[in-house]
Amino acid sequence: MDAKCQYLLRQGDNALVLSQQLCQLVGKGPALEEDMALSNVALDLLGQTRMWLSYAGELEGRGCDEDRLAFLRDAIDYRNCLLVEQPNGSYADTLARQFLFDTWHYFLMDGLGRSSDERVRDIALKSIKEVTYHLRRSGDLMVRLGDGSEKSHAMMQTALDELWMYSGEMFIYDEIDNAMVAQGVAPAAELLRKQALDHMAEVFQEATLTMPSPDAWMQRGGKQGRHSERLGFILAEMQFLQRAYPGAAW
Amino acid sequence: MSKEWPLWEVFIRSQHGLAHKHVGSLHAPDAEMAINNARDVYTRRNEGVSIWVARAADIVASSPSDKGALFEPANNKVYRHPTFFPMPEEVKNL
Repeated sequence: MDAKCQYLLRQGDNALVLSQQLCQLVGKGPALEEDMALSNVALDLLGQTRMWLSYAGELEGRGCDEDRLAFLRDAIDYRNCLLVEQPNGSYADTLARQFLFDTWHYFLMDGLGRSSDERVRDIALKSIKEVTYHLRRSGDLMVRLGDGSEKSHAMMQTALDELWMYSGEMFIYDEIDNAMVAQGVAPAAELLRKQALDHMAEVFQEATLTMPSPDAWMQRGGKQGRHSERLGFILAEMQFLQRAYPGAAW
Repeated sequence: MSKEWPLWEVFIRSQHGLAHKHVGSLHAPDAEMAINNARDVYTRRNEGVSIWVARAADIVASSPSDKGALFEPANNKVYRHPTFFPMPEEVKNL
């Protein structure tokens, strides 16, 4: 499988796994309005997944469409980063995960909007409108809960501290990411990381949250297919129908 | 203070040139989140170009029991409707 195809799978899988996790919260949000907002984000991400995976399937050239890639690949073939497979946990955990993801996602889409690959550019330009809102919403809630009551502040800080080690993987480029930078498809890691960290620092300051050290040791491996056991459970639920009834359709 | 978020009424303008129309209500802690929530709850199907929110508590409404005094006097004043004027053929779609 060539580097671009792998790179597209990574983008599609990030959006897909996070979308699936957010879907598990449908009907369980802390307020009707929050519930709808989260499921809107999940739907946006699912729409983006389809665009990334169908392009990846075409490039791969083995006749895999987006559905086959989503429902018939095993965890070891998934290329999402570890952040998106972290548990929903409390609402603070869900929001901290979302904010860390949205920040990276926004600046990545911004960079991919100038990609040398026309199709990638189109997907990024379409996605960034949605992602802009995602980031605005999750950043706003970080500030509200971080700078809210004593309890909400403590919960938010704990969530952030615990998830922080998963926030760096996206900026650690391997040979596939580097090949994409060399071809002008993807933005360079250094710039992306700086933009994301600057934005995070700004939001954390307003939220009165202490930003963990950007130089802390970061978990990695998801992009290369080394996942936590959690991904297996997420996929088991998501893929059940196609595994049990192959080819089932509406 | 109540732990419930206050109620907001949501008005959406569906296209330029039309007036904002009341579409429903929602709960939110402040105006900014009310706008965000209105976007998420009421514009999922491409409904709007502009959103207004107003605290439900700030809206002053007429009382249903005043219906007679407020509206009935207009009932028998048909001459207030412009239906007695002969209209030229050319403006039949008015």
